[in-house]
Amino acid sequence: MTSTADKATTQAVETVSLTIDGAEVTVPKGTLIIRAAEQVGIDIPRFCDHPLLKPAGACRQCLVDVAAPDREGNVRPFPKPQASCTMTVMDGMIVNTQHSSDTAAKAQEGVMELLLINHPLDCPVCDKGGECPLQNQAMSNGRTESRFIDVKRVFEKPLSLSSQILLDRERCILCQRCTRFSKEIAGDAFIDLQNRGAMQQIGTFNEDVLEFDGYEPIGVAAEDESGRAFSSYYSGNTIQICPVGALTSASYRFRSRPFDLVSSPGISEHDSSGAAIRTDHRRGKILRRLADNDPVVNEEWITDKDRFAFSWQNLNDRITRPLVRGEDGELHESSWPDALAAAAKGLRAAITGDEAQGAAVLPGGRVTLEDAYAYQKFARTVLGTNDVDIRTRTASDEEQDFLGSSVAAKGMGVTFADLEKAPAVLLAGFEPEDEGGIVFLRLHKSTGKQQVFSIAPFLTRGAEKLNATLLPTAPGGEGKALAAVKGSTDAAEALKEDGAIIVVGERLAGSPGAFTQALALAKRTGAKLAWIPRRAGERGALEAGALPGLLPGARAVTEASARTAVAQAWGVDSLPEAAGRGAAQIIADAEAGKVDALIVGGVTPSDLTGDLQAAIERTPFVLSLEVRRSEAAEAADVVLPVAPPSEKSGTFVNWEGRLRGFATALKTDAMSDHRVLDILARELGVHLGTGTVAEVSQQLGSLGAAAAKERPAAPKVDAPKVDAKPGAELILAAWHQLVDEGALQDGEPYLAGTGRTSVARLSRKTADAVGIQDGLVTVSTEFGSLELPVAITDMIDGVVWVPAKSPGSWVAQELGVEPGARVTVKGGI
Amino acid sequence: MTDLTPVLSATWDAQESWKLSTYEDHGGYRALKKALGMDKADIIQAVKDSGLRGRGGAGFPTGMKWGFLPPDDGGPRYLVVNADESEPGTCKDIPTMLSAPQVLVEGVAITSFAIGCNHAFIYVRGEVTHVYRRLLQAVREAYAAGHLGKNIHGSGFDLDVTVHAGAGAYICGEETALLDSLEGRRGQPRLKPPFPAVAGLYARPTVVNNVESVASVPAIIDRGVDWFTSMGTERSKGMGLFSLSGHVERPGQYEAPLGITLRELIDMAGGIRAGHQLKFWTPGGSSTPIFTDEHLDTPLDYESVGAAGSMLGTRALQIFDETTCVVRVVTRWTEFYKHESCGKCTPCREGTFWLTQILKRVEGGQGTEADIQQLLDTCESILGRAFCALGDGATSCISSSIQYFREEFEQHIAEGACPFDHSAAALFDYDAPAKATEEAHA
Repeated sequence: MTSTADKATTQAVETVSLTIDGAEVTVPKGTLIIRAAEQVGIDIPRFCDHPLLKPAGACRQCLVDVAAPDREGNVRPFPKPQASCTMTVMDGMIVNTQHSSDTAAKAQEGVMELLLINHPLDCPVCDKGGECPLQNQAMSNGRTESRFIDVKRVFEKPLSLSSQILLDRERCILCQRCTRFSKEIAGDAFIDLQNRGAMQQIGTFNEDVLEFDGYEPIGVAAEDESGRAFSSYYSGNTIQICPVGALTSASYRFRSRPFDLVSSPGISEHDSSGAAIRTDHRRGKILRRLADNDPVVNEEWITDKDRFAFSWQNLNDRITRPLVRGEDGELHESSWPDALAAAAKGLRAAITGDEAQGAAVLPGGRVTLEDAYAYQKFARTVLGTNDVDIRTRTASDEEQDFLGSSVAAKGMGVTFADLEKAPAVLLAGFEPEDEGGIVFLRLHKSTGKQQVFSIAPFLTRGAEKLNATLLPTAPGGEGKALAAVKGSTDAAEALKEDGAIIVVGERLAGSPGAFTQALALAKRTGAKLAWIPRRAGERGALEAGALPGLLPGARAVTEASARTAVAQAWGVDSLPEAAGRGAAQIIADAEAGKVDALIVGGVTPSDLTGDLQAAIERTPFVLSLEVRRSEAAEAADVVLPVAPPSEKSGTFVNWEGRLRGFATALKTDAMSDHRVLDILARELGVHLGTGTVAEVSQQLGSLGAAAAKERPAAPKVDAPKVDAKPGAELILAAWHQLVDEGALQDGEPYLAGTGRTSVARLSRKTADAVGIQDGLVTVSTEFGSLELPVAITDMIDGVVWVPAKSPGSWVAQELGVEPGARVTVKGGI
Repeated sequence: MTDLTPVLSATWDAQESWKLSTYEDHGGYRALKKALGMDKADIIQAVKDSGLRGRGGAGFPTGMKWGFLPPDDGGPRYLVVNADESEPGTCKDIPTMLSAPQVLVEGVAITSFAIGCNHAFIYVRGEVTHVYRRLLQAVREAYAAGHLGKNIHGSGFDLDVTVHAGAGAYICGEETALLDSLEGRRGQPRLKPPFPAVAGLYARPTVVNNVESVASVPAIIDRGVDWFTSMGTERSKGMGLFSLSGHVERPGQYEAPLGITLRELIDMAGGIRAGHQLKFWTPGGSSTPIFTDEHLDTPLDYESVGAAGSMLGTRALQIFDETTCVVRVVTRWTEFYKHESCGKCTPCREGTFWLTQILKRVEGGQGTEADIQQLLDTCESILGRAFCALGDGATSCISSSIQYFREEFEQHIAEGACPFDHSAAALFDYDAPAKATEEAHA
C-alpha cells in the first residue's frame, strides 16, 4: 500500500516456524507468541498486552502451555504455563492455548477469577460495559460464578486525574497500559503506580497514597506553570486502551451505552495530520470520538483535541436555515431560494458595472479539498477574481512561491514513516507537540535514535521530550538561523545523513527569507523538506489552488499557459490574469472600503491581526458560509448554513500529501460548502460543477499537476538580521497551544481544563533588564495589551513568548500584531 | 556426627569482631592479596570447581553465574550484592554483616576483580540501620587500608564499593526488582530476558550474588578448592549458615557443612524446649514448604530437601513444637506475603489478598469446609502463574500445611474456634490478644 510496506516486504526477514494449537505458523524471528497466534486466527485473552506498547507480563491472563526444543533438539515442555505476551517464538516450538490445553485453560480461568475478586462488577453502570475486554473475556474464559465471598478492596471514586480524565481505582486491574502509554508513547509520565500489593493503584503523585507521613518527596514532579502535575495532550488515549472501565472521560461518563452507538469512521478536522478517528453517535448526536487504527498515519493514537473537541458543531448557535438581513437590519431565517437570490443579488452588484470594486473570498483554513476547490473556482469563474486566500494567518508571497514551487502537486513527499526513521530532523517554525499532535508522537517514537534540532526561541516541553537541541532564534531570524546550518556544525552534519528531514511550519511565513533558506539548506545537505501547516484544510486548499497566486495543481496564475490549461478544463474563455490579493490585504482593503463584496467561510475574526469585523461592516455585501452564528456570520448580509465535517463527506489532504477521504457520519440536511457554492453559482448563471465530491475529484483528477514551467519560481528573498536584545522593546514570539481557545474547541470545558496555563516567557536576563521578578507582566503594543503571569524560561534574550490564543492571551485580537513584531513588556501593576 | 565448621562465623566471638584489625588478625585479606596475583579466569575456575552454589536460596552455581557475563566490551560491568535479607525466619546475612562485615567486603573485592568490575554495590535491607552503619564503616576502613579504591595493593585494579540501603520492600530481594530499586525506580521485578548478566544494572552486564555466596569466596581462594569440597555432599559442597529459631533451647546461627540434618542441629541447639516435641519446621524460610518430624533425618542439602518436597532455601529453620497452631502460623506468613506483594502481577497481588481473608476466617473459626479446597485452588492459581517467585513462595506454606495438617484446619472449622492456647506457644510473656492490641495501638 505504501512505500514503507513495500520496503518491508523486499527485505529478507529471518523467520521461525512453530505450531500453535496444531496449526503451523511462520513468523519473523522475535515475534511474541501472542502475535504469532493472531496470525493464525487464535485469540489468546489478554489485558496488559498491547501491540504498540512494550511487553509487561503483568496481568498473566495470556498464559499458554509451551514446549520448546532444548539444546539437543528434544522438544521439552516448560514446567509452568508461560505468558504468551512476553515470550518470543522459537523454531519448533509447540504452543497450546486455552483451546487445546487444559493447563492453559485452567491457568487463564484462575487468573480471571483473581482479577474479578476485587473488581466491583458494576458493569451495568460502567461506561465500558458492552465493549469491555474484561467483561468479554470473563464471559469467554471465566467461571460462571465467583467463589469470592470476602471483602472487596474499595477506593474513593472517581479520582480526577485531570479535568477530563477520571479514574475509578476499584475497577482497575493494574495492567499498566495507561502508565506505559504515558511514558513510552506520549512521554508524559504524569501517572504511575503507587503503593503496593492489593493497594497498588494508578494515580498522579499523591502524598496520601504514598503514605509520606510528614516526609517531603525528593525532587518535584514535572509541573506546569500553575504548579499542578503536568497533564498530557494525549491523555485520552489511556481511556481508549484501558481494558476495563477504570479510566473514563468527564465528557462521556454515564452518557451512553456502547451498544446504542453507531460508529462512523472519519478524519479529524483539528490539524494537518489527518488522524483517523471513529465518531460514535446515537440518534443524530455525537457522543464521543475515538482513535481509529491507521498504521501509516496515526497508528492507534489521537490528540485530546481530536478526541474531545467535537461539541463546537452542535452548540445552540448552530445555523440550520439560511439567514438574510432584513429591512430592520437584523438577520432573519429565510428559505433557501430567497437566501440564494439575495446572495446572488449582492454578489452580482459587486462585480457588475464600471464602479464595481469586485468581490473577494476568504474560505478559512479548515475547509476540505473539495470545498477549497469550489471556493477558488467560484472566485475565478463567477466573481472573476483571483482574490481568494485560505491563509487567514501569517502569510507571505515568499511562502506562496515556496508552496507552489516545492510543495503543491508533488504528491506524497515526506511521510510519517520517514519522520520516524529519519536519523536527524530539523524543526523550523514548528512545534510538533503544539502544532502537529501526531507528528510529535512519531518523532517521540524515535527518541534516542534520532537527532532533533529546533530553531525556536526556547525548548518547549515537547521539544525537550524529543531530546532536541535548541538553535536559539528570535522570531524573524529563522532565515539567518537556517543559513547558519552549514559547514561542520552539528546540525549540518546530521542533516547530511541519509533520510534526514527539515520540517518547516507555516509560521515561517512571518520570517522573510526563511523558506528561501530552507530550500537552500535542503539542497546543501540533501535532506528532504516537509511543510507541516497547522490547520486541517491547508494542504488541500493548496492543492486545490485556493491561494491568490496559485491555480489548481500548483499552476502559477501569472503563467498564461497555466491559465489557458485551467480555463480549457473548466470550459471558460479565460481566467483573471492579475494575481490576487492575500487574505491580509483583502481584509485591509475591505476595511478601507475598496472591496464591494466578501464571501467569508469559517474564519474567526479574533484569529486575525487585521480587523475582519470592521472589514465586514464596511463592505457593502458580505456572504457568510457558516456552521455557527459566529461573529462573522452575525455581521454578514446573507448567511448560508454549511455542514460541519461530521455531517458531510469529503477529503482532507494531510501534510504528507496523503488524501484522507471521509464519509458522512451523521446524515442531516446540511450541505457542504462546495455544494452550496455550486447552487449559488447556478443562481448566478454559472455551472460550477462542484455539487458532489465525485464531480470535484473528477475535475481535480483531469486537471493534474502543473508542468514544470507553469509553477511559480522558487522564492529568493533575503533574510534580515534580527537583533534581539533585552530592553524596553522585545520581539514577540507566539504560537498556538494544542489545547487553547480555538473556535473548534468551544463547548468542551473538560478539555479546556487540561490546557496549559497561559504565561509570558522571558529569559532571566531579559526579565532583569526590565526589572521583572515574578507576578504579572504586561505585554503591550500601540494597539493593546495582555497581562500574564511571567515564567522565567531558559530562552533567547530579548524575546517574549506568549501563547497565541490561550485564556487571557489572544495575541492577534489584543495586540494586533504578528509574531516577530516589537512589543513592550513591563512588570506587574 | 557432623561438626560445626565456622568459617564466616569464625570471628564472631572475637573482641570487636567487626573491625578491620580484628579481621586482619585472623587472616583477613590474605585471600584478596592472593587473588590479585592470580589470573582472573583461574579465580572463576576455582569458584566453579568449588561447587559453591548461590546461598540466597535458589542454589544456582555461583561460578557459572559469573561465567554468563559476556566478553569484556570495555564498558562497565557491575557486581551487586543482594543483602536485602527479609524472608521471615531468615537470619544469616544480617548477623554476618553485623559481626564480620569485612569478610563480605573482601569477597566483594575478589569477586569484582575476577569478573572485571570496578564499581560494586551492596544493597542492604534498609530496616537494619545498625548493619547499614557497620557496612559503611567497614567499607571506609577497607578504603583506608587500601583494600578498596585506586590501584588496590599495587595491582592496578580499581574498585569502588557503594553501600545502598533499601526502602523496606521484600520484593527488592528479587534480583531484578533490586536492580530497579538500586537505579532509583519503583522496585518491581523486570521482564527476563534480558538477564542481569547481559543487561542488569544500568543495562550493563551485572552479577547479582547473595551476601553469603560472596563472603564464601575469600575462604575458597585462601584455603583452596579441595578444602571447600571436602565439606558437604556430592552436589551441595561446602558449609553454610543454618539459622535456628523458635522452639529450641539455643536459637542462633550454626555454620555447618551442607547435608547436616535437623536432628543434629537441634542437638547442637540444646534440643526442643523442655517438655515439648517438634511439630513442624521450615527448611529454608517461610517460602519453602514446611516439614514435620518425619523429616528430622533429611540431609539438609539442595537435592535431599528437594526430593523430600521442599527447598533448602536460605536454611532458615523455624522450629515449632506441638503447642503451635499451624493455621495461625500460616496466616501470619500469608499476611506477610500480602503486605509484601509488589502488586505487579495479578496472581500474587489478588491471590495473597484473597488467601489472607480466607485464612483469617478459618483461623477465627468462621471458615467453611469449602474454604480448604478454596485455599488449595487459589494456591494453584498463583503457583507457577505469578511473574516472579514471590507468588510461588506465598503458596508453599499453605499447600504444605494442608498436606500435613489438614485435620487441624478442619478442627478450626468444626469447632468454630482455634483449638490452641496461644500463650503455650509463646516464648515471651503473653497477654490476652485484646490487651496486647490495645497496647500496640496506644
